[in-house]
Amino acid sequence: MPVSWLISILLTLAVIGYFAGQARAMRSAGGDPRNLHSRPGYYGAHVALAGLLPALGLLVVWLILQPLVLDHARAATGNLIGTIAILGLMLLGCGLAYHRTRRDFRARNVIEAGVMALLIGAASIAILITIGIVLSLVFNTVEFFHLYPAGDFFFGTTWSPSFGGGSQLAVLPLLWGTFYISIIALGVAVPIGLFAAIYLSEYAGVRVRSVAKPMLEVLAGIPTIVYGLFALLTVGPLLARVFGDGGLGWMQAGMSVMTAGLVMGVMLIPFVSSLSDDILNAVPQALRDGSYGLGATRSETIRQVVLPAALPGIAGAILLAASRAIGETMIVVLGAGAAARLSLNPFDAMTTVTAKIVSQLTGDADFASPEALVAFALGMTLFVITLALNIVALVIVRKYREQYE
Amino acid sequence: MYDAQIPQSTVDQTDIKFSARGVQVHYGDTHAIKNVDVDIADKTVTAFIGPSGCGKSTFLRCLNRMNDTIDVCRVAGDIRLDGVDIYDKRIDPVQLRARVGMVFQKPNPFPKSIYDNVAYGPRIHGLARNKAELDEIVENALRRGAIWNEVKDRLDAPGTGLSGGQQQRLCIARAVATEPEVLLMDEPCSALDPIATAQIEELIDELRRSYSLVIVTHSMQQAARVSQKTAFFHLGHLVEFGETGQIFTNPVDERTESYITGRIG
Repeated sequence: MPVSWLISILLTLAVIGYFAGQARAMRSAGGDPRNLHSRPGYYGAHVALAGLLPALGLLVVWLILQPLVLDHARAATGNLIGTIAILGLMLLGCGLAYHRTRRDFRARNVIEAGVMALLIGAASIAILITIGIVLSLVFNTVEFFHLYPAGDFFFGTTWSPSFGGGSQLAVLPLLWGTFYISIIALGVAVPIGLFAAIYLSEYAGVRVRSVAKPMLEVLAGIPTIVYGLFALLTVGPLLARVFGDGGLGWMQAGMSVMTAGLVMGVMLIPFVSSLSDDILNAVPQALRDGSYGLGATRSETIRQVVLPAALPGIAGAILLAASRAIGETMIVVLGAGAAARLSLNPFDAMTTVTAKIVSQLTGDADFASPEALVAFALGMTLFVITLALNIVALVIVRKYREQYE
Repeated sequence: MYDAQIPQSTVDQTDIKFSARGVQVHYGDTHAIKNVDVDIADKTVTAFIGPSGCGKSTFLRCLNRMNDTIDVCRVAGDIRLDGVDIYDKRIDPVQLRARVGMVFQKPNPFPKSIYDNVAYGPRIHGLARNKAELDEIVENALRRGAIWNEVKDRLDAPGTGLSGGQQQRLCIARAVATEPEVLLMDEPCSALDPIATAQIEELIDELRRSYSLVIVTHSMQQAARVSQKTAFFHLGHLVEFGETGQIFTNPVDERTESYITGRIG
């Protein structure tokens, strides 16, 4: 029997169970819902869910485990047994719950516990998936370090993979590229975004705000590949004309750290401005009134009262932007080039960890070779760094909170 | 743009600080204040009483142009501080508010230390030449706010960590530190318990020696206790204005009598 049929049957049984439970509860109360502990719907929901949840759980487990345990030839028998077990569990659950349905049964409290279990389940799925992602990285990373010395990976200064063997795979040039581009991007996005947020929340009238805020947020909806094209076609050539051979002579071609950084900064402006705007709006008006009442101007009020009060939130907004910048790939590929190099010149082409992860895995290298496995080590490094960044930011934010409340 | 200085005291012969004539306030389509005339004397506590929504707080906020921060609010009429029209285009509301301090209904200390809360006004107005002078200003303000003894050992602690009554006295100290000439108080005790209220009332009586005070209050007993002059507002009109004793014992207007005896409100 196909799974969709099975699910339809289970849902039908659940609906039947719902009405049966409701009816039994009403009967036990002599037809007056005021004699019941809970409202009739709770009894119905209790019967339906008591069958449905275990059955669906078993279904999921069965679908995952059966291909692992049984070979293809015996799949039909397995399917049959599974279907019977699932339906049996459904009927058993509904039956037990139906049997327990009585006037004084606390169905409402049981449903409440069920809701809590549901929420806990959702939260733990998020955590478990994170752990799963880390584990999947860890195994391949360990594999990589069997094939390639960790010292060379972390402390070498050359990145030159060659698929024939004898590659030099050092993370430093890539990390440097990542941070250089991210810092330029944040240098563009944080002041512009923050000032835009301050204007929107403190100075702009209702009409300006209702137009300007959505316009800024449109920027956030542009796919990053479009930003990449913008970098490749517009910003790169523009910078090359000013700083390139015809101008100051610092730049070789359109692709550079500066190109990618500027465009990435533009991409991040709406993140910083939109989040900061919400945070500034959450600062109580009473604080502003207090400051105005003492004869402070708007900008004094903002600098000395509103911003300090909003600082933890703004730090969070900036950090979110930073992790976006570190993880960004497309703008780098199209704006900064693919050359891994350690250089201080912001007009040199460089590349980042994420861009190299893509190029290492999309090549035709053997998956077991260090040239391909290095992608996992790079991913792991990036993960650890952003995690550390998050933790540092959390500590800073918490410290400020303690000071202010 | 040049600043029209408000002369410190051009009207020496009288002791009127504020004189308002024909004040009208509109909130969008609502006519909140209707043709109010009132004179507020120096070194006196003037109480504004009246039922909720009668416009007493709105009128108070006209006196230091706090209503300017509300977009839909329009003020018409003539309000003079020491004879100078405070709604004149050449008057900077920021300068005005440094001279007319305000204490709000809910204590609103800044999320800063107690010291920085009080030093805020003096710092932005450049009242202290050095740290020692600032320390002195802060100490004096906290003493005048009757809170010095409670906080002198923890000036670095956050102002938000104090109790409600202490926070309100801190806010009064903060307002006093800017050395205003008039202090406006918008229901300063409505969020406080009776003991804190008694402390604030004592403080108001103390502050009367140096300032002109205007207090909005819901409590008629409080108005009777702390004020020398009382103005009764009803539905946007100033119904009656006079000596506090006279308003409470022998009101002229029928509505005043109804309010103070508890029949309307």
